[in-house]
Amino acid sequence: MNRKIASILVGAAMALTGATVAGAGTLEEVKAKGFLQCGANGGNLIGFGATDEKGEWSGIDVDFCRAMAAAIFNDPTKVKFTPLNAKERFTALQSGEVDVLSRNTTWTMSRDSSLGLQFVGVTYYDGQGFMVRKSLGVSSALELSGAKVCTQTGTTTELNLADYFRSHNMPYEVVAFEKNEEVLQAYEAGRCDAYTTDASGLYAERLKLTNPEEHMILPEIISKEPLGPAVRQGDDKWFTLAKWTLFALLNAEELGMTKANIDEKKTSDNPEIKRFLGIEGNFGEPIGLSSDWAYNVIKNVGNYGEIFDANIGPSTPLGIARGLNNLWSKGGIQYAPPIR
Amino acid sequence: MATLLNNPTIRGYAFQIAFVLVLGWFVWDIIDNTARNLQKANIAAGYGFLDRTAGFGIVQKLVPYTEASSYGRALYVGLLNTLLVAGLGILFASILGFIVGVARLSPNWLVSRVATAYVEILRNIPLLLQLFFWYFAVLRAVPGMREKWTLFGVFHLNIGGLHIPKLVLGEGAWTVAAAVLIAVAIMVFLSRWGRARQNRTGRRPPIGLLNTVVLFGLPLIAFFAAGRPLYFDVPVFNETGPLLRRGFQPDAGMTIVPEFVGLLLALSLYTATYIAEVVRSGVQAVNRGQTEAAASLGLLPRQILRLVVLPQALRIIIPPLTNQYLNLTKNSSLAVAVAYPDLVSVGGTVLNQTGQAVEVVSIWMLFYLGLSFLTSAVMGYFNKRVALVER
Amino acid sequence: MNAQGQTFVSDAILPAQPPPRNSVGVVGWMRQNLFSTPLNSLMTIVLLVFVIWAVTPFIRFTLINATWSGSDRQACLQSTGACWAYVKAYLPQFIYGRYPIDQRWRVDTVFVMLVIGMIPMLIPRVPYKQLNVLYLLACFPVVAFILLTGGNHRYTGGLFLGGVMPPSPLRFALEYAIVSALLLFAAGLFARLSGKPVRGSGRTLGVVLGCIAIVLVLFGVDFGLVPVETANWGGLLVTLVVAITGMVASLPLGILLALGRRSEMPVVKLASTLFIEVWRGVPLITVLFMASVMLPLFLPEGVTFDKLLRALIGVALFEAAYMAETIRGGLQAIPRGQYEGAKALGLSYWQMMRMIVLPQSLRIVIPGIVGSFISLFKDTTLVIIIGLYDFLGQIQASANDAKWASPVTGLTGYIFAAMVFWAFCFSMSRYAAFTERRLDRGRR
Repeated sequence: MNRKIASILVGAAMALTGATVAGAGTLEEVKAKGFLQCGANGGNLIGFGATDEKGEWSGIDVDFCRAMAAAIFNDPTKVKFTPLNAKERFTALQSGEVDVLSRNTTWTMSRDSSLGLQFVGVTYYDGQGFMVRKSLGVSSALELSGAKVCTQTGTTTELNLADYFRSHNMPYEVVAFEKNEEVLQAYEAGRCDAYTTDASGLYAERLKLTNPEEHMILPEIISKEPLGPAVRQGDDKWFTLAKWTLFALLNAEELGMTKANIDEKKTSDNPEIKRFLGIEGNFGEPIGLSSDWAYNVIKNVGNYGEIFDANIGPSTPLGIARGLNNLWSKGGIQYAPPIR
Repeated sequence: MATLLNNPTIRGYAFQIAFVLVLGWFVWDIIDNTARNLQKANIAAGYGFLDRTAGFGIVQKLVPYTEASSYGRALYVGLLNTLLVAGLGILFASILGFIVGVARLSPNWLVSRVATAYVEILRNIPLLLQLFFWYFAVLRAVPGMREKWTLFGVFHLNIGGLHIPKLVLGEGAWTVAAAVLIAVAIMVFLSRWGRARQNRTGRRPPIGLLNTVVLFGLPLIAFFAAGRPLYFDVPVFNETGPLLRRGFQPDAGMTIVPEFVGLLLALSLYTATYIAEVVRSGVQAVNRGQTEAAASLGLLPRQILRLVVLPQALRIIIPPLTNQYLNLTKNSSLAVAVAYPDLVSVGGTVLNQTGQAVEVVSIWMLFYLGLSFLTSAVMGYFNKRVALVER
Repeated sequence: MNAQGQTFVSDAILPAQPPPRNSVGVVGWMRQNLFSTPLNSLMTIVLLVFVIWAVTPFIRFTLINATWSGSDRQACLQSTGACWAYVKAYLPQFIYGRYPIDQRWRVDTVFVMLVIGMIPMLIPRVPYKQLNVLYLLACFPVVAFILLTGGNHRYTGGLFLGGVMPPSPLRFALEYAIVSALLLFAAGLFARLSGKPVRGSGRTLGVVLGCIAIVLVLFGVDFGLVPVETANWGGLLVTLVVAITGMVASLPLGILLALGRRSEMPVVKLASTLFIEVWRGVPLITVLFMASVMLPLFLPEGVTFDKLLRALIGVALFEAAYMAETIRGGLQAIPRGQYEGAKALGLSYWQMMRMIVLPQSLRIVIPGIVGSFISLFKDTTLVIIIGLYDFLGQIQASANDAKWASPVTGLTGYIFAAMVFWAFCFSMSRYAAFTERRLDRGRR
């Protein structure tokens, strides 16, 4: 009874404000409201989640949300982005403000178990690194003893940093800021010898420095940072959908299907491709989608490799090599279970 | 029935009962929702997390703290940092505010105009913006980590902060501290005696001179008697060696980090404008006749200010001044923007590592509320002492 | 003309001698105001040196060495002065944030509507103040809300007909009708039992409910505007939205709290005092953190608020506590005789407040309200700490744009922000001083 009265009061406020009341399943809700609400990086992380001058979103994490929208609606534009900072991202997902959190978030056990969320998979295998001035003459993180290090608070970065320096018995000093704009300004001003965050982030942030070529990223990776999207715990159907959207992206690359050639592949005799495109069997139905859901994903946003290359690959300003993020068959560790 | 409903007393009771019911239900509903949401997110309520290992470093600590210390200890470090910056901020803001406030009333045109310009400019720019300016702009202006500016040969400034000699307490340092305490006690006694004597004989013994001798003499005697237990630990600046090892060494001297300097500067300069206004209106509120009467009694200008104007002005100044002190303390929470580890900043990190939003926010609120009430109480007592004794 | 008759008394007033050279003109003024005593002279000289030392680099940075044009960072990379070209390039972002470019006319319209409403409001001589207030507090917010968000809100209802009907605007309308009917019935019953005319209280409530219904319908109408989420708002728009909404929302709440604190009912008084003191005792940052990380926990499962809205709630509650204290000062300044006179005329509590006390006390506290608006306006910058991009936040974010990054970009942005904030706050404080003088004249 009490809940009802509560919802009356809240409902009155909500009618004015455009808040939403969640019902049974996330997928049904998303279908009902006609778009996917995606939590993205509010800190303008180029290549992962960023907006340009026109407010247009781009990045790997952003494209994952577009892929989900394509799977559900066959329309990658039916997604709205909520920019989130490190502190509020989990609350935003827990409270239902966003349907999926795709904001370069590290998959850790405590987050998986005690924050009420569930990681879908890994869109980018990352690790924490250090950026220093070339003039410092340092070529390894092990030479950073006594360094002053700038970082952002409220991330696993701060803890990894402490662990690394303690385990190597090196003194250090940490200066931790609230926003990465501030970290960058402080590093640029010379407050710190080194700037630490996920290596991918370092590449992105380096572009924003006055003279990017005067700075280098040290080879050591001091932590495992598998970045991936997460959904709320307790909605298995939605979880499965998100998980298989990611696997579809990977499988498509493995099967050689791209945005451009996927229509030709429809005539392929390869049973794997046939299953993928929904020509054989109906794998969409159990997850609440149409049988050609995977086709829609690739047709609209491309496969994993295409997304990677377009946003952060060697031809972009970030110029990150595939490395670990290559397919398992090409020397990386990206591996997706088969669709069958 | 109609009379019953129109009876103001009964209506009052009925309204209050309804009010309590609605309020109680509202609060209970919030608690209920929170408990449910926390349970769903698998977050254990309670303050048990304070004993867990924090695992992150803090740039400025007044008490020993390492990454292996607990969350509770980290919050304690943050709390002390807040108190430090607020205390020093209040001191500097008061000094500057009083000077500027009096300067605005100066007959010297330039002095009063500069004071007015200072107040009007800094008061109308958001504190956060000033904080960014002082921190980031000044950070770029000072020399880098491997260089320095030196003042008087002992104060060194570079981007790593202000490096000054550290006072080290050796064995027997307590004798000096004790001597200072004794000296203060003697000074209080001397002043009382002096006043009593002046009241009796009309002549004033040279209390100021005596006090100075006692204040400096006694600790000095103790210092030498105890075998000079106090000495300075001077900052060490390395010009050679690997680049990272050059510059000031972390274990020698004392370093005041730029985050602290920036925050202190911004808080003091901003709050001083408000204090200046408070002081100005306080002094202006003292009746001109008071000054003229005092002058015609033959008091010197210095005495007029000290004996006639200030005691009356203080009465008007203190309540708004208290408010400004509280504002400064609350504004010190902006530290979070420039990486100064105050209570809110450290609490934010703890909140993020543990997810204990309710507990951390409650700690913040309790601290600031407690500080507010404490300050109000102390200022209330002080206010009572200087208030007009009415017959 | 004999010598006898010669008089030594002048029959004409002597022409005034010019004052001594050194007491008139520039020299005299300087002697009087700058060099009256040795100490004063010393202070003047020291201060003059200080002013020159402080102002010259500023002028050199902002004007002489500044870069005025250019298309990217190359123009400013070697500069030792401000990079105004960057401000020029980013100005639209500073004002609108990420608001879609082809929709920015909507924001402009809202700004123009606000200015049209504010100017006659601020000039005391312009008549029709009541209509003006009505426009600003009722008409403007509704139109602004529809224009900025796009309106076309889809109501679903579901408060108690959840199991009976599918979600639809119809369900919402039905529910609204049922709630309205119940409220009207309760009011009528109360009036009947306490022997008052049923018509009167029914009409007041009916008008209020009707107005709410009209506003709700307006929000639901599709005007063909593209919806723009608040996540895309930014810059000056967010600053103004937070400041003005915080102000407008806190005013009624502040009045209620102030009345509550002066109430004779102990429970109400205690609750109001507690609310006011708690909010005034904590920093705005903790309130904003609370709004951003704790508010979602307070709400029932599945109910969420927009991030901007959460910040607005926090700001409004915080500001209401300060507003309450300002208004309480005004209430206390009303002579007792006014209260007693009103009671003697047989006015009820609310009639007394509405017709006698509040009109007088609100007029007294106008300068105080403007003052607290200034501090609220400055405090809105804190929303960047919870990740909203207001004017300052947008500037800070843009300073790190790879296209414009240079050693002077950040400082230029901060100086520009400071100038804009200063212009806003300074003019408002002048206005507050003006109303204060006007009130003083009126009371004398």
